[in-house]
Amino acid sequence: MSIFEIIRFAIRGLNSNKLRTTLTTMGIAIGVSSVIILLAFGNGSSKAVQAGIEKLGTNTITIQSNRGGFGGGRASASRSVSSKPLTVGDAVALSDPTTAPDIKQAAPVASANTTCTFGTNSSTPGTFNGTWPAWFEASNTSVSKGTYFTNDDVTEGRRVAVIGNTIVTDLFTGVNPIGQVMRCGGIPFTVIGITEKKGSNGFQDGDSLVVAPLTAVQRSLTGYNNLQSIVVQAKSAKVQDLAQTEINTIMDAQHKVKNVNNRDYRTLNQASLLATTSSSSSVLTVLLGMIAGISLLVGGIGITNIMLVTVVERTREIGIRKAIGAPKRAIMTQFLIEATILSLVGGLLGVVGGLIGSNFKIVGVQPIIIPSSVFLAFGVSVFIGLFFGSYPASRAASLRPIEALRYE
Amino acid sequence: MHPVIDVQGAVKQYGSGDAAIFALDGVDLRIDSGEYVAIMGPSGSGKSTLMNIMGALDNMTAGKYFLDGIEIDTLDENALAVVRGRKIGFIFQSFNLIARTTALANVELPLAYQGIKGKERRARAMAALKVVGLEDRVSHEPTELSGGQQQRVAVARALSTRPALLLADEPTGALDSKSTHDLLDLFDQINAAGRTVVVITHEDDVAARAKRIVRMRDGKIISDTVNKK
Ligand SMILES: Nc1ncnc2c1ncn2[C@@H]1O[C@H](COP(=O)(O)OP(=O)(O)OP(=O)(O)O)[C@@H](O)[C@H]1O
Ligand SMILES: [Mg+2]
Repeated sequence: MSIFEIIRFAIRGLNSNKLRTTLTTMGIAIGVSSVIILLAFGNGSSKAVQAGIEKLGTNTITIQSNRGGFGGGRASASRSVSSKPLTVGDAVALSDPTTAPDIKQAAPVASANTTCTFGTNSSTPGTFNGTWPAWFEASNTSVSKGTYFTNDDVTEGRRVAVIGNTIVTDLFTGVNPIGQVMRCGGIPFTVIGITEKKGSNGFQDGDSLVVAPLTAVQRSLTGYNNLQSIVVQAKSAKVQDLAQTEINTIMDAQHKVKNVNNRDYRTLNQASLLATTSSSSSVLTVLLGMIAGISLLVGGIGITNIMLVTVVERTREIGIRKAIGAPKRAIMTQFLIEATILSLVGGLLGVVGGLIGSNFKIVGVQPIIIPSSVFLAFGVSVFIGLFFGSYPASRAASLRPIEALRYE
Repeated sequence: MHPVIDVQGAVKQYGSGDAAIFALDGVDLRIDSGEYVAIMGPSGSGKSTLMNIMGALDNMTAGKYFLDGIEIDTLDENALAVVRGRKIGFIFQSFNLIARTTALANVELPLAYQGIKGKERRARAMAALKVVGLEDRVSHEPTELSGGQQQRVAVARALSTRPALLLADEPTGALDSKSTHDLLDLFDQINAAGRTVVVITHEDDVAARAKRIVRMRDGKIISDTVNKK
């Protein structure tokens, strides 16, 4: 029997079982497209997180002290030099327009770890910053209700606070927060403003935030010698490198750094922050892998089910074919060709469906297709289709005709 | 000349221990070329089991089976396929047509597996369908045919390869008396052309056409007589 004849048999077989053919093709197509779409969705949300991080603040540079445990290996080396903590004086020096023409403004930040209460409600802010008004612009944070605190508030050490939406919902349900007095670490703070919603960047809730005048926070919560960082805003993203140089010059002078390879402070700009977050976003990578695995499993089970449902009918048919003299090879070839056509057509439909489906936003996330996922989904589904299409056939072809005819 | 069929001490056992059933319990049967044999016996006596073995569709628990002098048990898959395709035309008790496939395609199938192509295959299939009187139903699928018509398609399929041995398991079970009569005439004709015919039947008038009647009971042959017409 010629191969063309067998191919014709396979096509006739597919043609004469339209329902089964449709179901199987659809099973494979749905498996493939769901894997592609789910992975594109995962990828899209991870990209959205990165974009969210970028939105947190552009052309800002954060200075952190290299004392303490932050610097890893460098921390022990820096202990041998005289290391100074970050000071308000540093921030003042950085704000000098003559020595730092490319720096727009700088703001020292003292961070407290504390819990705020209002009545019986309590909330622990992810970020509790004591700082200067300049911080708001430098960190891309704006107040949507109420007001910012002023330089005057800082000078006077007034206990006022601007809070994020998470704090609002945690503490002030049904109450207008503006003008209310909440207690943070037992210290009363009057709420004067609410920041615009930032959303989460995937790692941190941008709205779990309390910002208060530096002096008030230092006096009542952190003490004076504990600046967490200084946030510096360059005049534009273009001059960020110049600003960086100016920061180093000023800070080296301030901290009497002799060896530039052994500074007692370090700077983080947005680019490096992005690099760190994407490398530490292994969580997302693992998540993506899990999504891929589960959707492949689901798709695979679907395909397997449909393939197995038809085994009884196919086995009987194979019994008939053998009884009238079909050689095993001809049967095997026919069923393998059938499975190949089903898998390829289903797989290709699935790829097309996946590519189309990935154009639609899902809960605000624009899916972004991972090219390798297309090949993975296609490959695995086609393999499953081939296997479950031809394995029962090969088993049935090895049975005696009577056994195959009686199969149930 | 050796017999077409030579079954020696055939045993077919289903299950084991206390639950063992002997569908065949030591059957010896020789059928020579050109014979017309009817196998009769009560339901469950092992007729179909014996027929499946003779058709090389099933194996035995013990015993030997020679078809045209070839011991079937020693053949490999490919050789078995050739035997089933070329030497035997098998008509099943339950038709066993391929679903959703036209009568013509069903009849062409054994020819296709023998490598007969195109026009010749179609012509031979059409001829076989004409013999069973279904030339006007060739493009109908099994579900669009009556039981009797399906049985006739099955007969046409068995005849299409012009086998030397025709094995029929209750071929008239689903037919009315007219169709039965036509089919039996057909068998007479086939036998007259020199081919061996073995028919299982419950009906005396079917058996009456045969030249030899084998009776079975409980997996054994209890009588084997020449039919005196
Ligand atoms: N696959 C099987 N498993 C177990 N027992 C079987 C099997 N096939 C047949 N048998 C048993 O073997 C015996 C003979 O069955 P067989 O089909 O040969 O009977 P039969 O003479 O053809 O009957 P009928 O006239 O009803 O067709 C019966 O008792 C039956 O129950
Ligand atoms: Mg029977």
